[in-house]
Amino acid sequence: MVIYDGGMNEELYKSLFGRVIEAICAEDKDVVYLDCDLMNSFGTHGFWKKNKKQAINCGIQEANMMGVAAGLSAGGKKPYVHTFGPFASRRCYDQAFLSVAYAGNSVRVVGSDPGVTAAYNGGTHMPFEDMALIRAVPGSTVIDITDAAMFESLLRQVKDRQGLTYIRTTRKNYPAVYSADHNFTIGKGEVLRGGKDITIIACGLMVGESMKAAELLQQQGVDARVVDMYTVKPLDAALVEQCARETGAILTAENHNVIGGLGDAVGAALLESGVPCKMHKHGVNDQFGSVGSQGDLQEHYGLTAEKVAEAARALLKR
Amino acid sequence: MNQSEIHATKKFAAQIRLETVREVGTRGFGHIGGSLSVVDALAVLYGGVMRIDPKNPDWPERDKLVMSKGHAGPALYATLALKGYFPVEMLKTLNQPYTRLPSHCDRKLTPGVDMTTGSLGQGASTAIGLALAQKMDEKGARTYLFTGDGECNEGQVWEAALFAPQHGLDNLTWIVDYNHKQLDGTTEEVLDMGDIGAKFAAFGWHVQTVDGSNVEQFEAALNAASAETRSPSCIVMNTVKGAGVPLIEEIELNHHIVLEGEMLQKSIAHLEKVLAELERGAA
Repeated sequence: MVIYDGGMNEELYKSLFGRVIEAICAEDKDVVYLDCDLMNSFGTHGFWKKNKKQAINCGIQEANMMGVAAGLSAGGKKPYVHTFGPFASRRCYDQAFLSVAYAGNSVRVVGSDPGVTAAYNGGTHMPFEDMALIRAVPGSTVIDITDAAMFESLLRQVKDRQGLTYIRTTRKNYPAVYSADHNFTIGKGEVLRGGKDITIIACGLMVGESMKAAELLQQQGVDARVVDMYTVKPLDAALVEQCARETGAILTAENHNVIGGLGDAVGAALLESGVPCKMHKHGVNDQFGSVGSQGDLQEHYGLTAEKVAEAARALLKR
Repeated sequence: MNQSEIHATKKFAAQIRLETVREVGTRGFGHIGGSLSVVDALAVLYGGVMRIDPKNPDWPERDKLVMSKGHAGPALYATLALKGYFPVEMLKTLNQPYTRLPSHCDRKLTPGVDMTTGSLGQGASTAIGLALAQKMDEKGARTYLFTGDGECNEGQVWEAALFAPQHGLDNLTWIVDYNHKQLDGTTEEVLDMGDIGAKFAAFGWHVQTVDGSNVEQFEAALNAASAETRSPSCIVMNTVKGAGVPLIEEIELNHHIVLEGEMLQKSIAHLEKVLAELERGAA
């Protein structure tokens, strides 16, 4: 059930991760969680101290961690790995590509601090390309987390998922969108708000901003539909086609470079659907990250409700 | 090893060499140098040291082997075929369209291949993952890892070398094929690895150095490695790139060569003679 009212999730997602990964490890002794010296930053330090068999601190070596996880998978285990998004994707890309995916192994990768949520860690830690990289790996799954209910549900769901699964999430919190008992399906988008003039297809941080944008647009006489496309790969192409037919305009919104991310995935699906439809990709425009508060960075890169609404109006005028 | 076992292992090695050269010869080119340098070691491991069942290649409690120098696939394939994992005839399909025997090892394609390798350094980490999983399962299984000497240029190798002692992986045996050559020349000229054994020892490994052509010495080192209960073990195996085929040994840059025509025929004839002599010795 969609419960969005603009209010934030109370539990920070790093606390949620620590709680849930410990529970998953308790339920299934084949699960192993590996991290690169970021347990104290991701709510798992206490768990590591209690259970060094299922929680493995690799030290600061992402390439080795990804390979060890691949070997654990080949040995019949179910590894989850975590580090910051840039280091979980580009730093160990060949290991994720070859030792995990090409070799037929299954590893769940959680990359934290996507895009501007890296805030004061700055441009070095700010992945605007992680989804593009992992999308290019055959058979991969790419998920941008919307809220706490989704994060908990999908963490559990991916335990037995085949191949390379990449989940990007803030360590802090976003607005609550779903009830705890909501049923999430990998590969399906969710219509959060009905509308007939335009569809805003968003993921992650931009889902909440897009819901706010739809309210702004409503005040301006534009009836905007909002879709949460949390699975960027495999993409819900049928929903894209349906929205194109029913609203005639699609705006994508992502906390990621517009090259290679949600916008490109939706654009390709739209083109292949053959449905005539206006489209614009709203996101980071081929830029590197930079340092600042998340709010200031959202302003800087245009990742706000106001900018999404502005882009929607511009698209409708085209 | 008694004299009969030594003889049987040498004969097995000679068979592997012959089949490896024939196999690469069917395509006329390949990574023959670094395949031949690991043959004696493979003969010892698959000849009796490893706990395996060729009729049941996916047996969960088996020992595992990661050929991180994935270009030595042809030698591993010849070994596996001779052990009965698949027909020796299949070796002729090396690198042919839709083959199950690609240049570099692929666990999804080849029965008996435990890990996909080819991007150098990565097998070190995946072998650690396999050894960790074996530890969790508590069935006493081991993982054997081969890396090249040139491969040790890779940073990931040293990440792995740091990790294994920290996690007490005494069920991991890491064999460095020290043939002193990489693609562009000697390891000393390209990127000198110096005293590799001393480096592993400094990282907390139990280290032994052996003559890789001496099967008795290598088997003893494997047994000593298995007996070590505190640390993972490293065996620095001094070898010759192209070992056992003089025509190939004497080529300066013999990482990947053309192997056809008269050179192929002479190499096969040499190995058939070696094998025949060993068979006569047993009679």
